[in-house]
Amino acid sequence: MTSVIAVARKELRQIVRDRRTLMILAFVPAFFLLVFGYALNFDVRNIALAVEDRDGTSESRALISAFVNSGYFNLAGVVHDPRAAEWMLDRNQARAVLVIPEGFGRTVTTGGTAPVQVIVNGDNANTATAVVGYATSILQTASAEFSGRAGLWAPPAGAVPQPVSVEPRIWYNPELRSALFLVPGLIAYLTMLMSVTSTALSIVREKESGTIEQVRMAPVGTFPFILGKTAPYFGISLVSAALVFLAAQLLFGLPMRGSWLTLGAAFSVYLLGALATGLLVSTIAETQQVAFQIALLVSLLPTLMLSGFIFPIASMPEFLQAITRVVPARYFLVALRGIVLKGTAASHLLPELGALAIYAAAVLGLASLRLAKDRA
Amino acid sequence: MNAIEVRHLTRRFGVFTAVDDVSFDVAQGEIFGFLGSNGAGKSTTIRMLCGLLRPTAGTALVGGIDVGRDPERVKRRIGYMSQRFSLYELLTVDQNISFFGGIYGLDRDRLARRREFVLEMAGLRGRETTLARDLSGGWRQRLALGCAVLHEPPILFLDEPTGGVDPLSRRQFWRLIDTLSESGVTVLVTTHYLDEAERCHRVALIHAGRLATIGTIPDVKQIFASRPIVEVRADRPIEAMTALDGMAEVEKTSLFGTAVHAVLRSGGLAPDVIRTRLVARGLVVGPVEQVEPSLEDVFLDVVDRAQAGDAA
Repeated sequence: MTSVIAVARKELRQIVRDRRTLMILAFVPAFFLLVFGYALNFDVRNIALAVEDRDGTSESRALISAFVNSGYFNLAGVVHDPRAAEWMLDRNQARAVLVIPEGFGRTVTTGGTAPVQVIVNGDNANTATAVVGYATSILQTASAEFSGRAGLWAPPAGAVPQPVSVEPRIWYNPELRSALFLVPGLIAYLTMLMSVTSTALSIVREKESGTIEQVRMAPVGTFPFILGKTAPYFGISLVSAALVFLAAQLLFGLPMRGSWLTLGAAFSVYLLGALATGLLVSTIAETQQVAFQIALLVSLLPTLMLSGFIFPIASMPEFLQAITRVVPARYFLVALRGIVLKGTAASHLLPELGALAIYAAAVLGLASLRLAKDRA
Repeated sequence: MNAIEVRHLTRRFGVFTAVDDVSFDVAQGEIFGFLGSNGAGKSTTIRMLCGLLRPTAGTALVGGIDVGRDPERVKRRIGYMSQRFSLYELLTVDQNISFFGGIYGLDRDRLARRREFVLEMAGLRGRETTLARDLSGGWRQRLALGCAVLHEPPILFLDEPTGGVDPLSRRQFWRLIDTLSESGVTVLVTTHYLDEAERCHRVALIHAGRLATIGTIPDVKQIFASRPIVEVRADRPIEAMTALDGMAEVEKTSLFGTAVHAVLRSGGLAPDVIRTRLVARGLVVGPVEQVEPSLEDVFLDVVDRAQAGDAA
């Protein structure tokens, strides 16, 4: 026990003395959250819209205002020639074109159906889908308004009441703000990255300087040494995770609907797995440079691509889905999103927390085996 | 009982045999020098004796404990210091001492007492709060030695302890070793500074994993008992070497700085005769005289013989 404390105290003193590392550990995650949080945004706003108004009535102008006032579209220009609209699309001066045909005003005021064309630049499928979605919803609202107004004067004959009315409700994130979906992913990603690299580097640094050899000459078992060495990083990683979490609440309005205790437990098992991964990396790498590269490779890519952070796991090919089963962030994300967005209770997250615990135990076991082999 | 007893110690890494059937004893309080070129097997042997590496075959008793069987128990009885002065650069002198005290399980009173001893011994009083990385080489080395003997081990392993340290610091360091030895500590030291080896009570020379020779300094010099060594100083030593090699009485020659050492076959040749012969060849020759064999002569001779043996 004294040796665990001696190692932990030494490690803390080294970290504190090494200001740069300390700063990186404490503040870089929160800083990254800021940068990524604002850049990684799937919400589409300020879409440049060109309007080809062949009608020029108050109704057509009302429709244009409906687009502009929605907040999603910016009017990039009004043209009168189809080729001019195409030119604007080609030059990227407009992402979408709204074409209002001649006679639009007359048709809608008499209760008829007026075709309106929306041309969308499909080079970015994500944006295009969003644009079509926004345009459809604006047109539906406008359509209802027009028919209502028309109905005041002459109810359209033979108008069939819609037999089924769908009123979708989106729970937990009613505004569908992508930040609420992405920020938990970012938290998972940043804490994993920091813990794996800091642990791996701290041990490989001792290999490089030869101090680890000196410590091995002492009657300190592998376990107390590792425990003493990783405990401070566990503490720092928890603090760093808390900072990131608070930053996410302040900057992105991340809610906290579940229990703090459950959140702490989820973070703890997740960080334990991350530290174990760092430890395993340190048994493979002999230099800090190699350790850093391996640490990036094993923490960054899977957490980003295979965790459900951005890409839904259910839509991946089967073999990739199989690989995601060993990515701890996959389980942590389910738990984290559940706790903060839905207030899911710990009892419902047992499979995820269990998977994280198994991951941590397995990797820790593997790392110990490798460390023991080093000694033989 | 001997402090260290090594019997048929062998370590293989795959097909490569790093240490090959090595046996020797080290008496308590002895300073035992372990010599050999880089890669000869010195460090591998030390690592086995410290319980860091399992022997492939053979046994080693260190402080009466079989290191192959109980490596952890051995660690409490030994101190180890390596060529790299394994201190924590970002910790102060005091913090390094308390760290090593902590991992060796020293209690508060004992640590306080030993801390005083180390500060005194290493001449570090007044520098307790200096970072280890800001210490000069000699101080770092003495602090590393202090940390290695913090738990008062009866046996001390020093693996090339004086690499990269100035001569004055080396001298001070060796005085500390002598003091430790006088107080009963057994010291096994590897070095390739042969002037340091001369300060050992006994030396063993290891070559290509095998023990080539072992004994006191006069003992190992006995291989030159019937083969006098003549030191020749000449303006053009390489030419002098060629000339000497051409003489039937000369067994072999080697360069020592600007001088040439010629090993003569038994019976030999008077230095004067050699000088006359060299002058006759038109060489400008300085003093020619018989000299005592140095450890370097021994080292070169032993390696030559071992290689000749391997070739045969």
